Amino acid sequence: MKYNILIGGSAGQGMDTWAVLLEKIIKRKGYYVFSNKDYMSRIRGGHNFIQIRFGTEPISSHDPKLDIIVALDKNTIDFHTERLQENGVIICDQAIEIEDKRVLALPLKELAKELGNPKVTGTICMGVVLKLFGMNFDRVEEVFEEKFEKETTELNFKAFQEGYEYAQQQFHIEKGGEDQHILINSNQAIALGALAGGVGFFAGYPMTPFTSIMTYMSEKQEDAKMVVEQVEDEIAAINMAIGTSYAGVRSMTGTSGGGFSLMTEALGLAGIMENPLVVANIQRPGPATGLPTRTEQSDLSFILTASHGEIPRMVLAVRHAEDAFYQTVRALNLADKYQMLVIILGDQYLSDATETIKPYDFSKVTIERHIAGKESFKDGEYKRYQPTEDGLSPRIIPGKHRGQIVLTDSDEHNEYGHITESAEVRTAMMDKRMKRMDALKEELIEPDYFGVDHPENLLIGWGSMYGPLKEAVALLQEEGISVGTLVFGDIYPLPTKLLEKYSTTAKQILNVEQNYTGQLAKLIRQETGIHCSKSILKYDGRQMCSHEIYSRVKGEVL
Amino acid sequence: MLDVKMYDSKDEIAWCPGCGNFSILPALKQALAELELEPHEVVVASGIGQAAKMPHYITVNGFNGLHGRAVPPATGIKIANKDLNVIIHSGDGDTYGEGGNHLIHGIRRNVNIAHFVHQNQIYGLTKGQGSPTTTKGQKTTMQFDGVRMDQLRPLALAVSLDCSFVARSFSGDKEHLVSIMKQAITHKGYALVDILQPCVIFNHVNTYKWYKENSYYLDESYDPTDKVAAFQKALEWEEGVPLGVIYKNEKPTYIDGVPYLNEGPPLVDRKWDPKEAEKFMEDFR
Ligand SMILES: Cc1ncc(C[n+]2csc(CCOP(=O)(O)OP(=O)(O)O)c2C)c(N)n1
Ligand SMILES: [Mg+2]
Repeated sequence: MKYNILIGGSAGQGMDTWAVLLEKIIKRKGYYVFSNKDYMSRIRGGHNFIQIRFGTEPISSHDPKLDIIVALDKNTIDFHTERLQENGVIICDQAIEIEDKRVLALPLKELAKELGNPKVTGTICMGVVLKLFGMNFDRVEEVFEEKFEKETTELNFKAFQEGYEYAQQQFHIEKGGEDQHILINSNQAIALGALAGGVGFFAGYPMTPFTSIMTYMSEKQEDAKMVVEQVEDEIAAINMAIGTSYAGVRSMTGTSGGGFSLMTEALGLAGIMENPLVVANIQRPGPATGLPTRTEQSDLSFILTASHGEIPRMVLAVRHAEDAFYQTVRALNLADKYQMLVIILGDQYLSDATETIKPYDFSKVTIERHIAGKESFKDGEYKRYQPTEDGLSPRIIPGKHRGQIVLTDSDEHNEYGHITESAEVRTAMMDKRMKRMDALKEELIEPDYFGVDHPENLLIGWGSMYGPLKEAVALLQEEGISVGTLVFGDIYPLPTKLLEKYSTTAKQILNVEQNYTGQLAKLIRQETGIHCSKSILKYDGRQMCSHEIYSRVKGEVL
Repeated sequence: MLDVKMYDSKDEIAWCPGCGNFSILPALKQALAELELEPHEVVVASGIGQAAKMPHYITVNGFNGLHGRAVPPATGIKIANKDLNVIIHSGDGDTYGEGGNHLIHGIRRNVNIAHFVHQNQIYGLTKGQGSPTTTKGQKTTMQFDGVRMDQLRPLALAVSLDCSFVARSFSGDKEHLVSIMKQAITHKGYALVDILQPCVIFNHVNTYKWYKENSYYLDESYDPTDKVAAFQKALEWEEGVPLGVIYKNEKPTYIDGVPYLNEGPPLVDRKWDPKEAEKFMEDFR
């Protein structure tokens, strides 16, 4: 059982606030929830909407078919009614003129006025929605109480009840189970992972859709006794984080496309200094300012070589909110272990998509710093770039050892960190830095696979395509199509075992990506020689859903 | 006083013979020795340029980063470990050109750092192009008809930003330089010091002789706490280049404003168990 609610209106109508409350109430009633947002880069006006899907089975992406439309304006009805089911309901104010037997026109504005606050329109709608599903009052008041002061809670609860009275039950739904989940989006998950993983310093500059990572950490900084600093630009952000990392603090920065472009020179700095650093890039459609509030997976090719020169790097894409937490923790540990740059890729879709997931298991989180002590001094002398077999030199914290200093440099340098132009030293240092990639390759995580054992049609994707691909494969399988999908989280270095296994028997390999050039397919070709026979690509700033993949696979491929 | 020899570096110095930088290096060693700061307690951070090679020529912790980007990592290092004495050595191009934005906000952030600018009014390492402080009209290896832009008054910029400590010294007067360096290092807050430093290869206008003849020392009657007077003083150049402490404003530093950093141990010593973050998960129940 799954239902889908769309709430639409213009920016500034406050629907963000109450949609979050509605999601939370449904979740507390023991249902699985998945919600996503579609909004414009403006503060007032325009058309924004939120879709809340819920049900009694896990849900991993959004769906086009709607059961309820809550229309705070006429646009919402014009834009979305096409997707409404036959037995669906449109909730709107009676002032909106519309011919559709599915309309439930209510005196929303008047009711709100009577209650003394136009802002409660949304809460009235919330009451209507719950009644349509025949849900009771359980958990409603507590959710209001957690969000509002006493007076506002009372007002909202009253508004909620008014709405509830105005409707009749329309859908006969199964009861929810016990609420054992958390409801979280991937940006919050990255932030929580960073906090759990012991990040002591985070620097950044606001940019959608990255900002909410920093906002969450900033809110918790005092409690966690760590520091979040909003700096003058992204160049400062990354250079400052490299400074704190050099000084021994686990450090992280983050941004979105344009800011990442500004950071590129310093990615190389982290590389040549062998400074651990985690950078989160939450993608949005480029180039330049692009579509600031929309989604795309078009930074992969860029990120694989971003920064001049050659450095060791790891790139991993978060696939969903559960993954985002654990991958962030892992990124931090790998950065410290290999004294290198780890880039986390997210995107707007995931950053605004909340999911019900199992609570994180904090006992599984470890902090592995790999900081060396006195034992690392050879003949009583510390050398930051001491040659070793695996290319990793012991890293100590400057200031902690009397008589020992730590010198690091952006120029090519010798084992002491002093500038050199020696051909031999240069070669040795390049080898030293790049060698760690071999060890890293041994601990990659293979992509997730869903589908039949020997698929004739293999769909390949990465990051946020996880949910839509997983559901699309289920839809195709229902029709007896021999299909499977590999969804990459670790992307660079590219894990190849499962790819090789499934690609040998597949008759067709299709890459499904939110970009124009098929960037994952390109990487796969480069690393393995495996060619994708066809691409399913989208670059309009809106995330593909499972139905879209399903129909494009059937229409364009089969 | 510590032995200045303890700061000696074995690295071969790549400055040009006769360069003013050769006088700044011993002054720094002298200042550190007199302040009894041991090598492990000090970090010299820099960007890129001739001046920015300083971390290699002195045995203290060193961070030789990117051109124009000395301020952010130096800021980070101090935030990470408030027990370290963080000193920036970089050029006028590095500080006022490529890194101008960081300087502005570094001053606003007021982290306790001493920032020593080797002011040779030219891009030395890239062979003599105009810098933000090159005199208007001066011909350079790039500006064949002379620099077209107005000359920056960096110290006036600093005073306008209410920089906590603003001073100027001269590489040709070691005693003065050591004294100013010591004041800047011990000052609590962002301390910007412009150090006149002749570039003997590329700046044939602002020579050792020119600096000597065109500078003068601020005397005891000068009050560095008067902001408006300091701004006027910081604008002076053609009529004579003032040397000494131009502006001083003791105010809370960045770390003073973060109680748990101020009262607690240095950030680098923070103990953290992942389980401590478990409570944050309640936000998502
Ligand atoms: C991003 C970047 N741009 C340009 C350069 C080239 N560059 C190196 S040093 C320098 C200017 C140096 O002038 P200054 O900072 O005054 O130092 P000086 O050599 O005079 O001591 C330039 C332009 C660089 N290394 N990096
Ligand atoms: Mg210069």
